[in-house]
Amino acid sequence: MSTVSPIIEKKEDFAAQINRVKKQKRMTGLLKGILFLLPSIILFGVFVFYPLFRTMYLSFFLTDAKGATTVFVGLENYVYMFSDPIFLKSIKNTFLFVIYTVPATVIISLFLAVISNEKLKGIGLFRTIFTSTMGISVAAASVFWLYLFNPTMGLLNQILEVFGAESIGWLTNPKWAMIAIAITTIWMNIGFTFLILLGGLQSIDTSLYESAEIEGSGYFYKLRRITVPMLSPTLFFVITVSIINSFQTFGQIDILTQGGPANETNLIVYSIYREAFVNYQFGSASAQAIVLFILILLMTALQFKLGERRVHYQ
Amino acid sequence: MMSVGRKVIFYVLLIISAVLVAGPAVMAIVMSFMTNQDILTASMPTTLSFDNYVAAFERFPLFNFLLNSFIVSVVIMLGQLALSSLAAYAFVFLEFKGRDVLFYLFIATMMVPFEASIIPNFHIIRDLGWIDSYAGLTIPFFATTFGTFLLRQNFKQIPKELREASHIAGIGDFKFYLTVVLPMSRTSLVTLGVYGFLTSWNMYLWPLLATTNDTVRTVQIGLKQLQTQEQLNDWGVIMAGAVIVIIPTLILLFLGQKKLQTGLTEGAVK
Repeated sequence: MSTVSPIIEKKEDFAAQINRVKKQKRMTGLLKGILFLLPSIILFGVFVFYPLFRTMYLSFFLTDAKGATTVFVGLENYVYMFSDPIFLKSIKNTFLFVIYTVPATVIISLFLAVISNEKLKGIGLFRTIFTSTMGISVAAASVFWLYLFNPTMGLLNQILEVFGAESIGWLTNPKWAMIAIAITTIWMNIGFTFLILLGGLQSIDTSLYESAEIEGSGYFYKLRRITVPMLSPTLFFVITVSIINSFQTFGQIDILTQGGPANETNLIVYSIYREAFVNYQFGSASAQAIVLFILILLMTALQFKLGERRVHYQ
Repeated sequence: MMSVGRKVIFYVLLIISAVLVAGPAVMAIVMSFMTNQDILTASMPTTLSFDNYVAAFERFPLFNFLLNSFIVSVVIMLGQLALSSLAAYAFVFLEFKGRDVLFYLFIATMMVPFEASIIPNFHIIRDLGWIDSYAGLTIPFFATTFGTFLLRQNFKQIPKELREASHIAGIGDFKFYLTVVLPMSRTSLVTLGVYGFLTSWNMYLWPLLATTNDTVRTVQIGLKQLQTQEQLNDWGVIMAGAVIVIIPTLILLFLGQKKLQTGLTEGAVK
């Protein structure tokens, strides 16, 4: 008996020791993990999460020109906003803008990706050209198109003139301004969309095409039955990103039209910008920003829900 | 093998598309070498010269703007590389309580568009005294979920046994991260670097708000100034300015095109 007890004692001692070491290990693990993540967490806290809650908070107040809250108004900013024809118009414009730009961007880029996915001499050069608009900033692109849309000197009206058509006030005619902004945006976004879609095409298993070829399937049959279904995850990704990008459009509006003519091209981000940094109405601008936030949140969720059913995952 | 007829069709389609896509940029480049006379009369260029470029640099602090853009883009790029590689390391190699919660926190940041939180962000920068400073233009963009996920995808392919082996050899996590993980992930670090530089160089809304004078103003806002001040007359000079703005990013894009193609999709959550 007396010889057993020290062993048990030792065993208990050992287990306690293991526990202590384990605990210590867990603590240092936690500490290490937090240290590695701390820089990102702090910056996300300061520049993403705090501003989001601060925006919600501000949307219930009136503010002075410096942005300090003055009067609590509850939901008044929201009530005012949804009865403000200019804001309602900017919402309508934003949706219209998505419809004008997203399908066209994706279809054109898909076409470009399909024709540059062939094994042809010099194809690399074409791919580089199609990607190039991705490297062109919104300021530079807007300046290019500002000239193209110029009513008298601009190339587009000169071409119309050659064909005997009447010149168009691209940026000043309320009917055309949104189309002009959309054309600029589509052109700018082609580069990125093309690059992603081409990557998607290149990752499709070539044996699928080979077996279709043996069966004697035609080019368009393969396109419809193999390419598009296999590409659907990439297409889904590209469509989501394009919609979100359209919601965030600002630079081309600021340079090309400043929201005009008659607020015809006033999109939501431009509206927020003007309300906050031109009119210094930070309260109502914050209410608009919350609408933008919810719109993008809903769009992402909707895309996930709708997209999932039609998307082909490997 | 493709038949000759089909080849011809593809080349015709490719060439027409290339002309349309490259058109605006090529036009800008040609105009930047043309005299104002030729531009106004819409004739083909009679003489080509560098006069517009000389004028753009003489009349505007264009060199300063370029330098500012370069500093801002490089600092953001380095900041993003450092922060996202550290975070990605934690998500791949370290196991600790609350890791999943933090992971979802990172995903949540993707739901908050910068434009929707721009008002408090502006006030924060102002209260910190960071208006018209490099800090205000760069630090808000250091932390990126996209970058973290891109690197996380890559770090996952590094065998965990390597870490265990280095632990036995007495190498700590930070040293392992610096001497093994980072060198092994060079390719994706370059991809993220190129992407970070590109997007920072092309930023528009934030530099517009965060600068009130020319000291740290970036070249994109400089281009806007150039355009508004010269609007009616000197398209050659404006185009020269625009061409200078796009050259660095175009070069970078041509060099990194392949890497970006695979990298951009990897950054999506998987």
